Amino acid sequence: MEKIDLNKVESSLLMSIADIPGITPGAFSLRKNGKPVYVNTTPNINILPKKDKPGIDIYVRADTKDEDVHIPVVITESGVSDTVYNDFYIGKNADVVINAGCGIHNDGCTDTHHNGIHRFFLEEGAHVVYIEKHYGEGEGTGKRILDPVTEVTLGKGATMEMQTTQIKGVTSTIRTSEAVLGDDSSLVISEKIMTHDDQLAETHFTVNLDGKGSSCQVTSRSVATENSRQKFVSKVFGNNECFGHVECDAIIKDNGKVSSCPEVTSNCIDAMLIHEAAIGKIAGEQITKLMTLGLTAEEAEAEIINGFLK
Amino acid sequence: MLELKNINFSADGKQILKDINLTIGAGKFIAITGPNGSGKSTLAKIIMGIEKPDSGTITFDGKDITNATIDERANAGISFGFQQPVVFKGITVSDILNLASKKTLSRDDACEHLSMVGLCANDYLDREVNSSLSGGELKRIEIASVIARGTKLTIFDEPEAGIDLWSFKNLIKVFNDMRTRIDGSIVVISHQERILSIADEIVLLSDGHVEKVVPQGESLGAVLGEQASCRKL
Repeated sequence: MEKIDLNKVESSLLMSIADIPGITPGAFSLRKNGKPVYVNTTPNINILPKKDKPGIDIYVRADTKDEDVHIPVVITESGVSDTVYNDFYIGKNADVVINAGCGIHNDGCTDTHHNGIHRFFLEEGAHVVYIEKHYGEGEGTGKRILDPVTEVTLGKGATMEMQTTQIKGVTSTIRTSEAVLGDDSSLVISEKIMTHDDQLAETHFTVNLDGKGSSCQVTSRSVATENSRQKFVSKVFGNNECFGHVECDAIIKDNGKVSSCPEVTSNCIDAMLIHEAAIGKIAGEQITKLMTLGLTAEEAEAEIINGFLK
Repeated sequence: MLELKNINFSADGKQILKDINLTIGAGKFIAITGPNGSGKSTLAKIIMGIEKPDSGTITFDGKDITNATIDERANAGISFGFQQPVVFKGITVSDILNLASKKTLSRDDACEHLSMVGLCANDYLDREVNSSLSGGELKRIEIASVIARGTKLTIFDEPEAGIDLWSFKNLIKVFNDMRTRIDGSIVVISHQERILSIADEIVLLSDGHVEKVVPQGESLGAVLGEQASCRKL
């Protein structure tokens, strides 16, 4: 496909979800308003369209190092409902950064809906940093809905760092993430969510620590303001000698509501699983401390939230 | 520079401060001491605006700040070092120092503030100000954040509390350095004789009122009296 021009709204969305103003060199797939519009490959990273359903297969050669893959999605037409299936096959000992994300601009009165169904298959020793940002904007009454599904299969000694961020403008999201870890593999998930208005955000993590020496660290930091609601459900199964740590920290403000539902199951005597959850409003002493540095109460609160979600 | 007139404060039906009258001159180092429960920390919080007096007036640099908010007092030139440092999630030492100094500090400038409290910038600037730091480290960072402000009036509420041995030994040096670097006054709430000994004046609080004001040079024994047990670290 030829190189394409992006309008201001599309460029702005790209900046919000991927910190890039447009197409960048390297492996790249851009999906716009439910259709693939641009693909670029490299000698080590191939991107092929699926034949049976919408989506792409991304193949990263073994031993590929220091390469990025960008697969952003932008939706600027109101009423688009798009489900896309992307599969990532990461070769042995490859080490790449994958930037995904979806930005919705909805000025209309009909709902816009995007589901990114992502499956990752990491071969032995592979390392992936997966960065996914979700963002919504627009003056319309139509909802901006994102329901991503992420499935991760880690081979022996593979490691994956998954950083997901939803800061603003997404009316409703139900995120489902499932992972199966092989021997000596490691999964680190860092989730940051901020909801406002009447938004809903649910996260469901299921991690199966099948491999000996496998480990997972799931960290969720969220802020629920105004009338928004959040639910964090984490299920970690220790099926071998393994280590799992799930941590949910949430700040609630106004009428925000957060529910944290931990479930850790040890199916092996050598599994060590920890869950921590803390939900509460901003501590008054934190605001007081920052006010003694000259910030107003409002500035102090914003600083505390920015730091929390940084 | 700071004048408290007829300050009264009560909480939970108990009068904590009783008709406090106190003047702190420019460039002075004032130590406020007294038994536990005498109202020292409350007085410090009243000056910073963390607590509001039931009656009385507070004047700072000729302006009535009795009803000023904490941030208004901070921006007028008052700083406050907490007895129990506050912890955060996500806010780093670098963030705190930048907020305190109201600018993005260069690494060298941040290093200068941290080195005054014996911390290495390379080890601490990017660390979160959270409970993974020891009590002593948090206290030193708290003091560094106050130093970074460099205001006309700096209040320390029991800076020696919860501090590690290194920090205590260097607290005196920190105060002396501050007096050299900052053209302002320092008020320290303290029980420690070594801190009291460098003060221009010692204010002894007892049961919520000013028992006596002792100028430098007078016998500390007369001031400390019943607090003799506090005179050794």
